[in-house]
Amino acid sequence: MEEKKLLEIKDLSVTYKVEDGIVYAVNDLNLVVHNKETLGFVGETGAGKTTTAMAIMRLIPSPPGEITKGQIIFDGEDLLQKSQRQMRSILGQDISMIFQDPMTSLNPAMTVGDQIVEMLLLHKSVNKKQAWEEACQMLELVGIKRERAKDYPHQFSGGMKQRVVIAIALACSPKLIIADEPTTALDVTIQAQVMDLMRDLKHKLGTSMILITHDLGIVAEICDKVAIMYAGGVVEYASKEKLYNEPAHPYTKGLFNSIPKLDVDEEWLEEIDGLPPEPTEVIPGCAFSPRCSKCMEICKQKKPGITYLDDDHYVRCFLYEKQAEGGAAE
Amino acid sequence: MNKENKKTNSQLASVWRSLRRNRMAMLGLVILVLLALMAIFADFIAPYAYDAQDLLNARQAPSAEHIFGTDEFGRDIFSRIIYGSRLSLVVGFISVGIALVLGGFLGAVAGFYGGRLDDIIMRCMDILLAIPQVLLAIAIIASLGNGLVNLMVAVGIATIPSYARIVRASVMTIRGEEYIEAARASGTNDAKIIIKHILPNCLAPVIVQVTLGIANAILSCAALSFIGLGITPPSPEWGAMLSGARNYVLTYPYMSVFPGLAIIVTVLALNLLGDGLRDALDPKLKR
Amino acid sequence: MSERLIEVNHLKKYFKVNKGLLHAVDDLSFYIDRGETLGLVGESGCGKSTTGRTLIRLIEANEGEILFNGEDIRKLDKQKLKDFRQNMQMVFQDPYSSLNPRLNIFDLISEPLMNIPEYAHDKKKVYDRVTELMDTVGISRRLINSYPHELDGGRRQRVGIARALAVNPEFLVLDEPVSSLDVCIQAQVINLLKRLQQEFKLTYLFISHDLSVVKHISNRIAVMYLGKIVELSNRNDIFRDPLHPYTQALLSAIPIPKADSAERHRIILKGDVPSPVNPPAGCRFAGRCPYATEKCFQEEPALREVEPGRFVACHKVEK
Repeated sequence: MEEKKLLEIKDLSVTYKVEDGIVYAVNDLNLVVHNKETLGFVGETGAGKTTTAMAIMRLIPSPPGEITKGQIIFDGEDLLQKSQRQMRSILGQDISMIFQDPMTSLNPAMTVGDQIVEMLLLHKSVNKKQAWEEACQMLELVGIKRERAKDYPHQFSGGMKQRVVIAIALACSPKLIIADEPTTALDVTIQAQVMDLMRDLKHKLGTSMILITHDLGIVAEICDKVAIMYAGGVVEYASKEKLYNEPAHPYTKGLFNSIPKLDVDEEWLEEIDGLPPEPTEVIPGCAFSPRCSKCMEICKQKKPGITYLDDDHYVRCFLYEKQAEGGAAE
Repeated sequence: MNKENKKTNSQLASVWRSLRRNRMAMLGLVILVLLALMAIFADFIAPYAYDAQDLLNARQAPSAEHIFGTDEFGRDIFSRIIYGSRLSLVVGFISVGIALVLGGFLGAVAGFYGGRLDDIIMRCMDILLAIPQVLLAIAIIASLGNGLVNLMVAVGIATIPSYARIVRASVMTIRGEEYIEAARASGTNDAKIIIKHILPNCLAPVIVQVTLGIANAILSCAALSFIGLGITPPSPEWGAMLSGARNYVLTYPYMSVFPGLAIIVTVLALNLLGDGLRDALDPKLKR
Repeated sequence: MSERLIEVNHLKKYFKVNKGLLHAVDDLSFYIDRGETLGLVGESGCGKSTTGRTLIRLIEANEGEILFNGEDIRKLDKQKLKDFRQNMQMVFQDPYSSLNPRLNIFDLISEPLMNIPEYAHDKKKVYDRVTELMDTVGISRRLINSYPHELDGGRRQRVGIARALAVNPEFLVLDEPVSSLDVCIQAQVINLLKRLQQEFKLTYLFISHDLSVVKHISNRIAVMYLGKIVELSNRNDIFRDPLHPYTQALLSAIPIPKADSAERHRIILKGDVPSPVNPPAGCRFAGRCPYATEKCFQEEPALREVEPGRFVACHKVEK
């Protein structure tokens, strides 16, 4: 795998002003996506997954939202310094998005072929005929017969629509695709089809991808790296193998334990006590400390920094910070 | 009992809180309150009696004595507008009340039970709707006879279909919600389900329709009074005043301008308040 | 040892739609023993929710019998049905739309109680019962005057469960009760449901599309496809050795949260779930089945007991 950084997010913070205070949606987030790599973005509702994605695309509605801090370096340039106009030409061409709900992300009044053509005409210097030809090829690439390019979205089933959405996202051969829960709205067997397709395309095209999901199973199927998000920050980031085999952060461990397992019979599921913090709640220490079974005194007072357990494995937790300081790893 | 009070209080309080943040809605509310006070205390505010004629000072331009001027019989226009607010507001609220109760009931029944009952009720509504409202009102007044009460009944009946439709549409959406099914699963009967679960949840569109409807009713009454139905002279009613002024529009515009302004201000205030109430009652906008 | 609480025979529910008849539930027969959990899995549109709702007569079936303690509840008249509802309650999928946004927690939980004469005129008793239920499902008492939109999904679902438990039912239909919840909250609610089942000797029909959740909570599992049960047996048999090709595909389609899960062999089904409107003759799965033969397209396989307690509807499975 090529070790070139495609996207690097440094200390990103995003806030929203709401009626009863300020929501700290993303706090000091650090991430790297390499070329040809798929990064899984895992977290619960409200953990800030979608906000981060929106921040990368500079689509945070402002006001009330604001990127207060940080850098988003894409292909060597800081996206936060770009003008709206420059951003528009990047979006769709270099970065494109796949949305959760294929029912609402397609325009019901246009044929699917035209929707791909529109995208191509916007970003590429091609004429209509070439664009149509390319659109048909895109559809074939995602497993839809080219004759169907003249059909309208409602003539497709849910899984097929999501294929169309993928085709639109891939139309301009972007460098990075951000997929927000692309299979959540689909049935299990259809989800398997779409994931199969995505894995296939990943190998064929080598596009980098950020996959936002709450399902650790989907991440395991398709991702190379995984970032676990909790309350607006990445608490653990590692390669898939490391994260699944040796999860470090207490939250990651809790997350794995609370999923019912298919291969083990267990009477009770392990619970993480309590609830994620309210969006406006300010926790002085580690955001997970009120729910953490291994919470120490320091966790309640200070925010943990990044501790590298390995080159591609970092965790934000005092349990490991201490070990690293002491030089002795248990 | 206490708990009940607390509950309605907190709900009202939250609606009030979000309403208060909406400046335009508050402006509408203030105007309406002023209008209501004006109607109630007309006897104290109005400088002259509404039917006090002074033929020597007929058709005067606004002055210190008659700030809105006088009409063709020398009656003070300002006083007549103040007294007129009584009739106009009463007509507006009561005719909408009639339409709301009847239309709301028909719409709720049609929407909840559906099927043939729905067909019958809504086809009747379509028939009513097919006749222009004012024409229908004229026909009703013609058969019932001229008079304030009949005017309100006529305007009320003529607007029943719009309430029936709105209530029916929202009842049909809410009928499909899971909490209705949940209520049914726990053995709650239909009447209780309609009253406790369905009607409160279709309040928002209905309230908007009501505020718009009041404005409409005032205008309808004005239109009817304009062609001589409904309010009989010398009772001051804004619409009737407008109609009386039609001969003097060119020579003496004050007579039509001020009653017209009164109607516009009221309608505007109601619309502003209606918009604000709709937002305040929408639970999705609260958070 | 085990006692039948519910026995369903040849249950059918068709809906009239523009294009013909939608076979939502087509000739289902199964039973649920007292105290057990029957899991009902299938993809959207396979009729699992309709089955749950017909069972407690929220939807009236077209044909078949539903025996509850030996009594056919389809024959109950309106008044008797109202009393009977106390025995069977339902927990809904979406804790957002299944709670009336204009009622507070007290009103929501107490609603079923209001239909019982014993409670209807005794406010103190209702209040005591509501607070007791709140303790049972783990909602803090201070939330009694809160409204649903002030609660998170997990708490809302707890309110839904408390409401269903209010009248002390014997049988609960759980329609995707955890599908809309986050993983951690899901674990809390699943544990709560299991604890309640032990405490109150409840019988569950657990409807879900999530096989790992169903496997965790159920004793036996029925797999539905287009209005039919294609396989029914105890959970270990189904997961260890699925017999029906659809069950096999369904199981292999579950994304497994393990590092090496991308390498395992998967059966990827071709095509989409066909419409349940005017389904074709023959096996309903035949069009997508990798093993389909001529016979499958012509003759509909019946649900047969191939081993004690294992039912499957497939021509391929002999014995």
